[in-house]
Amino acid sequence: MAKISIQTVDFDAAAESALLSAGRADIGALVSFIGLCRDEGGTLAALELEHYPGMAEDELERLVSEAQQRWDLKGITIIHRYGKIAPGEQIVLVIAASSHRGDAFAAADFLMDYLKSRAPFWKKEHRKDGTSGEWVEAKDADEASLKRWET
Amino acid sequence: MSVKLVYFAWVRERIGKADELFEPPANVKTIGELIAHLAARDEAYAYAFERAPFIRAAIDRKHAKHDTPILGAHEIAFFPPMTGG
Repeated sequence: MAKISIQTVDFDAAAESALLSAGRADIGALVSFIGLCRDEGGTLAALELEHYPGMAEDELERLVSEAQQRWDLKGITIIHRYGKIAPGEQIVLVIAASSHRGDAFAAADFLMDYLKSRAPFWKKEHRKDGTSGEWVEAKDADEASLKRWET
Repeated sequence: MSVKLVYFAWVRERIGKADELFEPPANVKTIGELIAHLAARDEAYAYAFERAPFIRAAIDRKHAKHDTPILGAHEIAFFPPMTGG
């Protein structure tokens, strides 16, 4: 079972974790990752996240299916925000639940790696000096990170 | 048959619109050929597609490669490398 949400509003990681494990005794490990908006040395006013509605949900579903085939997972939650996000605010939440920590850690790591380079989201910087900054460029390191999962 | 083209991030900004209907000529058979065809339309499209190999595409909301055939596509998207997370 998986929960996938693409939304403008903030999320509560603790509440999402509680929701995932509520009424269950088969989950032994729950790994959560929260991605936050950095201020880039104090120069950033906000990040604007654009996404491809429809495809973003479909792509996250495909990544979740892939993770479920690779590891023994009891539950997955992915929440990704879009719109304007201020420094310090939360952008993304990934929670992976499993019987044991190994699978939960690996699945959360895998999902974040693929989400960064395969889910159709783009970030634009808005600078504090009022200029509309640049679109954030994809990093070679992110693409290289995907190679870790090729079997 | 006409196809809906959709653009995101700086591809959208450079072209100046988010989507349009387009009827690819018969000799345009792949994503790569469509990019080359669009790039030749005018300066805005040329600017959007100037780094053609760098541009990512999706057909009917699934990632596609530049050699993927476009036959039967309803919606083709063009965008820069993704920066989610």
